[in-house]
Amino acid sequence: MKVQMKIPQGLSRIIRVKEATIAIITFATILFFYSLQPAFLSDINAGTLLSITPELGIPALGITLLMIAGEFDLSIGSVFGFVPLFAAELMRIGVSAEFAIALALLSSILIGLTHGVITVKSGIPSFITTLGGMLIWRGAALLITGGQPRYFRVPQHIIGLTSGPILPPFISAQLLWFISIMIILWIVLERTKLGNHIYATGGNKEVARYMGINTDYVKISCFILSSFLAGLGGIIQSTRLGTALPNQGDGLEFDAIAAAVIGGTSLRGGSGTVIGTVIGEFLGRIIENGLIIIRAPSYYFRLYIGAVLIIAVILNLYMARRIRERERP
Amino acid sequence: MNMENKPLVKMVNIHKWFGKIYALQGVDFHVNHGEVVGLVGDNGAGKSTLIKILSGVYPPDIGEILFEGRKVSFKSPKDAIRLGIETLYQDIALVPQMNIPRNFFLGREIEKRIGPIKLLDLKKMERESLRALEAIGLRIINPRVPVENLSGGQRQGVALARAMCFKRKLLILDEPTNNLSVKETMKVLEYVKCLKKEGIASIFVTHNIHHVYSIADRIVILSHGKKVGDYLKDEISVDEIIQIIVSS
Repeated sequence: MKVQMKIPQGLSRIIRVKEATIAIITFATILFFYSLQPAFLSDINAGTLLSITPELGIPALGITLLMIAGEFDLSIGSVFGFVPLFAAELMRIGVSAEFAIALALLSSILIGLTHGVITVKSGIPSFITTLGGMLIWRGAALLITGGQPRYFRVPQHIIGLTSGPILPPFISAQLLWFISIMIILWIVLERTKLGNHIYATGGNKEVARYMGINTDYVKISCFILSSFLAGLGGIIQSTRLGTALPNQGDGLEFDAIAAAVIGGTSLRGGSGTVIGTVIGEFLGRIIENGLIIIRAPSYYFRLYIGAVLIIAVILNLYMARRIRERERP
Repeated sequence: MNMENKPLVKMVNIHKWFGKIYALQGVDFHVNHGEVVGLVGDNGAGKSTLIKILSGVYPPDIGEILFEGRKVSFKSPKDAIRLGIETLYQDIALVPQMNIPRNFFLGREIEKRIGPIKLLDLKKMERESLRALEAIGLRIINPRVPVENLSGGQRQGVALARAMCFKRKLLILDEPTNNLSVKETMKVLEYVKCLKKEGIASIFVTHNIHHVYSIADRIVILSHGKKVGDYLKDEISVDEIIQIIVSS
């Protein structure tokens, strides 16, 4: 017997917003942890969540656009580690902090450009290109440091700009970066020509090409954005910690892809939203932090996030189908 | 010099290989100003390859294209579009996840300037795409749903309305009546007649000879990568065309 779930009109209007499913899951998760341990929503803990999430979420925003364009980037965790280390090495040999950070961010742009050009010109899957990149940039980070952490001492005004408190304990500079980048990328995706071309390139590359869109250019731009935001996230984390670690950002690529997918970005390209990724990233960090707060063994994190990933994607698909059945042109 | 006497587009001695497959074996093809040319032939005859070369998707391996008497070479479909060659593809017309206005203006987005930045004018895109759809008699209440929610006929209508809206000098219709109901097919044929009245040339690619015979001025028949027939409609009947296709 087929069970038909009735969705009331008002609710259906809410769930038509693409990010609603994941927002509801996130809200329920917050309530869950809060009910077990009220300290979860204490000023200090909420402040910690709001300052840690952005540095890991900024790279996730970059990979979201790349995934919408139909490509992958497994190297962002390594770039997240390599870029601040490269800046630290430059500072060690006497380059000023500003210039070192600028050069390191430029290197992230070049890394993205390389990945992009290799992928579109050779025709190999970006999964392979960036898997190679993941090993290369992590290897480079280990090579320059011999596996040792590096100090990341930068002047106070730079820390203020990248990871300083703005309105403690909740609002930090990196949170403002995260929100600003989300807004800018939302505008790019939803309100500009380039955004239209990104959706089209990932949705159906042949159609996009036949309509005269330079899909190679679109993809390479997204590879550059992905690497750049990974590098920026790494720099923000290093200024906050005061160190650059060779294993910094290890596994970040999977968390970022999970955040994007949980937030509704399609693995096949062509659809996704940056707002969904932001919520997905917060959900990941909330689960991680909540498990610590309720004193569950930290090993639970990956287990939970894996389950949430699968459940969220199934729910997203289910909701999308329900909406499609209701919406007629 | 009278432009009208020269063909709008002329393709000379076109050859194309795909690996070992010799898809076009020296085809000459032309379209005159305001003419409706039916391009017919069995599956695999080379019809799609020929029009993809004309619309800039593939370069020919040998051969040249003259547009309004000048030699042209297309690096991408954009070059062909720039010259006024608009193509309606059978299977690759729309991005399924995107809505009607975004598909309609794909690659030709309408923008508005807000200070130093240019943003999409979504309202105008929606208004103009709906107007173009209504012009061909396709009524859509909610254009913001992804086009994958549309019926096959509606999707074809959107693609057709787009091709007609951006009509310039030559409209290439690749199997435009596939997957359409009889009623919708009749509509498509009407649109092509309207184009002709406006002096716009078109190439109607199909394997349904009856559809194309009713509106074409001239019929070109391809078979196994070669041109096996080029007739004014008055010179040949539907049965004779079928005979040529079957026997070659």
